[in-house]
Amino acid sequence: MTRNNLSWKIGGEAGFGIKSAGVMLGKIFMRSGYEIFDYTEYPSLIRGGHNTFQLMVDPNKANSVSQSVDILVALNQESIDGYLVELSHSGLVLYDQAKAKLSARQAAKYKIEGLALPLSDLAKDSGGGLMRNVVALGATLALVGQNLSIANGVIKENFKRKGSTVVNNNLKALKSGFDYIKKNYQGNFFCQLPKLPAKDNILISANESLALGALVGGLNFYVAYPMTPSSSILHYLASVAEKTGIVVKHAEDEIAVINMALGAAHVGARAMVATSGGGFSLMTESLGLAGITETPIVMVNVQRPGPATGLPTWTEQGDLQFMLRAAQGEFPRIILAPGDAQESFDLAAQALNLAEIYQTPVIILSDKLIAEGSTTVQKFKSNTIRVNRGKLLTQTQLNKIKNYNRYQITGDGISPRALPGMRGGVYIANSDEHNPLGFSDEGGDNRHQQVDKRWAKLETLAKKLPPPIIYGNPKAKNTVVIWGSTKGVVLDVYHQLSQKQQRKIKIMQVQYIWPLADKFITEVLNKSRKVLLIENNSNASLGQLIAQETGFKIKNKLLKYDGRPFFREEIFSILDKF
Amino acid sequence: MTEQDFITQQKPTWCPGCGNHAMWIALRQALAELNLKSENILMVFGIGCSGNGANFFKTNVWHSLHGRTVPTAVGAKLANKNLTVLAIAGDGDGYGEGMGHLVHAIRGNANVTYIVHDNKVYGLTTGQAAPTAEQGYRSKSTPAGIIEEATNPIALALAAGGSFVARGFAGQAKHLKELFKAAILHRGFSLVDVFQPCITFNKINTFKWYFDRLYNLDQDKNYNQQNLRQAFQQSTVWGKKIPYGIFYQNKRTTYGDNLPQLQGQALVKRPLKTRNIKQLLTEFS
Repeated sequence: MTRNNLSWKIGGEAGFGIKSAGVMLGKIFMRSGYEIFDYTEYPSLIRGGHNTFQLMVDPNKANSVSQSVDILVALNQESIDGYLVELSHSGLVLYDQAKAKLSARQAAKYKIEGLALPLSDLAKDSGGGLMRNVVALGATLALVGQNLSIANGVIKENFKRKGSTVVNNNLKALKSGFDYIKKNYQGNFFCQLPKLPAKDNILISANESLALGALVGGLNFYVAYPMTPSSSILHYLASVAEKTGIVVKHAEDEIAVINMALGAAHVGARAMVATSGGGFSLMTESLGLAGITETPIVMVNVQRPGPATGLPTWTEQGDLQFMLRAAQGEFPRIILAPGDAQESFDLAAQALNLAEIYQTPVIILSDKLIAEGSTTVQKFKSNTIRVNRGKLLTQTQLNKIKNYNRYQITGDGISPRALPGMRGGVYIANSDEHNPLGFSDEGGDNRHQQVDKRWAKLETLAKKLPPPIIYGNPKAKNTVVIWGSTKGVVLDVYHQLSQKQQRKIKIMQVQYIWPLADKFITEVLNKSRKVLLIENNSNASLGQLIAQETGFKIKNKLLKYDGRPFFREEIFSILDKF
Repeated sequence: MTEQDFITQQKPTWCPGCGNHAMWIALRQALAELNLKSENILMVFGIGCSGNGANFFKTNVWHSLHGRTVPTAVGAKLANKNLTVLAIAGDGDGYGEGMGHLVHAIRGNANVTYIVHDNKVYGLTTGQAAPTAEQGYRSKSTPAGIIEEATNPIALALAAGGSFVARGFAGQAKHLKELFKAAILHRGFSLVDVFQPCITFNKINTFKWYFDRLYNLDQDKNYNQQNLRQAFQQSTVWGKKIPYGIFYQNKRTTYGDNLPQLQGQALVKRPLKTRNIKQLLTEFS
């Protein structure tokens, strides 16, 4: 069969090495010139339960997953019984004959082929039963017409830190799976994925790229408490902390996290924290503290379905309204929503600048789909990013100021900022309402002035804000409105549409959630004949915000809130007829 | 510097006769005698009568939220080790809302001085029982007498691994000043719990009540501040006699000492510019 893309899935119990096998295969295909997007489903436990890992392999950019799977690797019976339904017609299930069975009835019903392999035996013969996943990788590579040269390199790198015995055993396991297919199914491959020229890509999740973007942007203080799906930011930054010279602190709880970060930011560090909705809930009072003390801070919320513990390891875009309103009182905040790994990189660096220029909290709103799923992106370049510390005073500048007022009333709302340790810059950063010097002041006029001054910062920013991003045909009368991770699936599907259909559609991605580009959005929506809002939540939270700010109520909505992301098929059926 | 250099133009709002006045003076004197400059000190205050002190000290001040002084102070110290960082809280603030932070800050042993105003009531919210209130203490929130046992911050800090654990008394201002100096000079997390009678709401634990009971460990030649067992023993003495002074001190390394990336220049003193991540991308290629 000739084809140039592949939807590959591996399923088994947690602890079977499902994810590590998938990540290795992703790397192998990336180095073979392919673009990758991966997606993992797993319950909130360490052993047992059912895990799956899906890999989209494509010569063109892949940013989403399809429901249908071409090759399913089943390490247990549950992977067959639960996931056969996803196999595409003429799809192939490759299963461990020692652990699972495929009945003739199942094969006939789904019109699929089964390939029973002695994964357990081959793994044991290579040195350990745990390596079934690697045997399956070897088998997969043989089935899609690849050789082992790139794969051997990936295996060596992956197991290097575990010593040469482990490396050699895994190389043996890989080869045994590969040889088994070659020997027993000679000439009868599933498909022949063509050889592509290598690209200068990396395979990375949005969490890791967000961390890298922050590092480029000068991050030097990171505090967090583990919470799925934000934890890999902590893991990554902790792993490079010494090398990059930054402080990474795992604090006792999220309240400590945000206050430690604010303490560091107050004395001049570039500080960031990350969590998910639950941890963010604990941080909210201090979000307001950052607002009133005008302290730069970047807070990342990697969303998962709530409320409370919700669906801890699944995906949703349910926190947008929460981010807009979190904490008591009124103060300016900036909310950015990256749509993929590249945007997470860019916006993290930018968020640190915005926080310091506007001296106010900046929230980055991500979600599990992109945060834990890896994708190929062009190698990041750091030379386009400049650190901008806004109105942070130098000692020389401060020397020229006679009576320093930290909260001086200014036209743009931003007051010059001194740091503890500077001569002549002593002031009080006050959680109480305060006068320009920082002292507590409950006077009515002062209150008005300070509140207005803080809001002015947002108006200053609103004038400089980039508008929402338009994809597709800018002149099209049909508009699809999206934010965050739905970007991937909507754009992927857009490229699958007929040219005629593509000409009818434009896509508007709102990346700056707050402040909202209300004028731009109003104009786009008013000029549209049909508008469709796509959100991974039940309440159309961006739709609510747009209605609030523009008066435009989007009636046509595609919402999904079962913890799963939108699959390509779901979007295609809508956009194809839009 | 003199203690006068640490006074702002703001008039203290504490009740006349409140123990906070004596603490205010003692701390200013301690800062002056240690030759510290205003701009090199960061004081982190919480919320309550003690927290209102934020306006009266002429140093860098962060007036935090209720219960959150300690993590803020730790974060600031890690980011700029050149600063002398003090966290100032009340007993409701520090042992109620923020109790958890204390234990973890002690574990980490960042070089921060933590001073807790201990008057056994919530003064600013009109006298409800604080976690340090003695069992049976009657207040607006505990009209039949508080059921809980009083928390014992000294024993708790010792059990958590405190490297400097002390108790002061607002009625012994000279001793208090020396205690503050010792705590600030201590490398590591120092806790100074200060008996500071609330003359408005606490009619039991008055200045006289403390004068009748307190004895000074620092004047006891047989007391060894490095002896943890002895410290534990003294920490549980309560009733007719109550000890104060330095219960325990050791030379454990600080959090900053143990972080390789914090050696050398203070974090915030290093040039902040775009970081080159070329090397870091290798693991993703």
